[in-house]
Amino acid sequence: MNIGYYPGCALHGSSDDYEESLRACLRALDVQLQEIDEWICCGATAAHALNQKLSTALPARNLALAERGGFGEMLAPCPMCSMQLIKAQKALAGNEGLRREMSGIVELEVRGTTRVLNLIQVFEQVGLDRLKAALKSPLKSLSAACYYGCLLTRPPDVVEFDDCEQPRSMEAFLTALGAKTVDWSYRTECCGGGMTLASEETVLDLSHKILSNAAAHGANCLVVACPMCHVNLDMKQPDIERRYGVRHGLVIYYLSDVVGMALGLPESALGINRHFVGKA
Amino acid sequence: MNTANPLPQACATARVIEALAHTHLYDCYQCGKCTAGCPMAAQMDIAPNRLIRLLQLGRGREALDAQSIWQCVSCQTCATRCPKSVNCAGIMDALRQLSMEEGRVSPAQRRVMLFQKAFLDNIRRNGRLHELELIVQFKLAGFMHDRRFSLLFKDATLAPKLNKRKKLHLRGKKVRDRAVLRRIFARSMDHS
Ligand code: SF4
Ligand code: SF4
Repeated sequence: MNIGYYPGCALHGSSDDYEESLRACLRALDVQLQEIDEWICCGATAAHALNQKLSTALPARNLALAERGGFGEMLAPCPMCSMQLIKAQKALAGNEGLRREMSGIVELEVRGTTRVLNLIQVFEQVGLDRLKAALKSPLKSLSAACYYGCLLTRPPDVVEFDDCEQPRSMEAFLTALGAKTVDWSYRTECCGGGMTLASEETVLDLSHKILSNAAAHGANCLVVACPMCHVNLDMKQPDIERRYGVRHGLVIYYLSDVVGMALGLPESALGINRHFVGKA
Repeated sequence: MNTANPLPQACATARVIEALAHTHLYDCYQCGKCTAGCPMAAQMDIAPNRLIRLLQLGRGREALDAQSIWQCVSCQTCATRCPKSVNCAGIMDALRQLSMEEGRVSPAQRRVMLFQKAFLDNIRRNGRLHELELIVQFKLAGFMHDRRFSLLFKDATLAPKLNKRKKLHLRGKKVRDRAVLRRIFARSMDHS
């Protein structure tokens, strides 16, 4: 399988452990990622919070670059990026006037024909059967709380992925790979997203609630598919523990970490040794 | 769907917000479901459903001055659950844009706005986010705003921890054609 790849800023910044993990994991599954040349930031929250036109233009430029590269499908492993890209792609595909306006603004013709996938969808394309066939070390020790956060499933009419209130797609992989999953209440609650710097207290408070709920339901780790969720739940976990006087000690895995582990890849090849919270 | 404006004169702000957010805020019948699911509602001065009500009543200024529009974490829960398909999260975006453009950002919330501005400025110059540069830029902007030294040096211990995990990148990868970014920004900001 050969697909376009839009890493996004986080995966080339302090969340490059996520990129290390998904590249190693997908390589083992024979999925070839081709990075979009000259990709630019999707604009994230800042663009849609301050300027609506810019929040379409930045994704539009990336879609145009993907189209120029001939990619019918493109992986965007950060849900913020994928949501922004899908939103722009759908708006462009359905509106000729917008296509013309945006092509002018971004200086490349854009048609909105590239389908943007999140990481879970790429694993779905690989398929449960192939994963089960490649299974080397079942994840017997994991009681995982699968955490979807906001943007993997929201807004539902934009991303059209899984159930926006009770998603189950990650659980399907985890159970197939031999892990236990827990039922818990905060699977789609927000961790504070990109507010880590701008409003740290907000992030600590929301993330503390998520970690507490996962622990209360018997989880010994969380599985995420978002760089911002990982920063807030992993990197900020020591700060959360200090602020609230508790000990969570919950390992936060990327989905590609646990799939990679099940395929027999060593933790160091997946960048797991670079997380902040290690195994107890 | 009847979206006729009952108070055409008083509701100019509501009209601008509707156009920016591509939604019909007069469809809102104040059920409160948006606020019920909002993770930030408990801390907000004016909850999401009340912001919409203010707009409906032609009291848009009060909405633009609210702290809550900057406390919103853009989680999309409100818009997802609204039984009337009102894009409440989009309304929050539009309120932020207008509040900033009209210079009405609540002083207590200026830090959040400064962060978003520093973020955009960073992309405009580099094409991709350069985290270290953003941290420095945001810290300086925040310091110029509130002169709090404690915040200026707050995360100083983080750098060595990131470095140990090979997560500190002093030089970000920039895109080759950065001039096009300045043009894209200029065209988008022009008459939005
Ligand atoms: S959920 Fe929708 S209809 Fe109900 S108060 Fe909020 S915006 Fe209005
Ligand atoms: S998008 Fe903002 S207003 Fe809506 S539920 Fe989330 S935090 Fe609350």
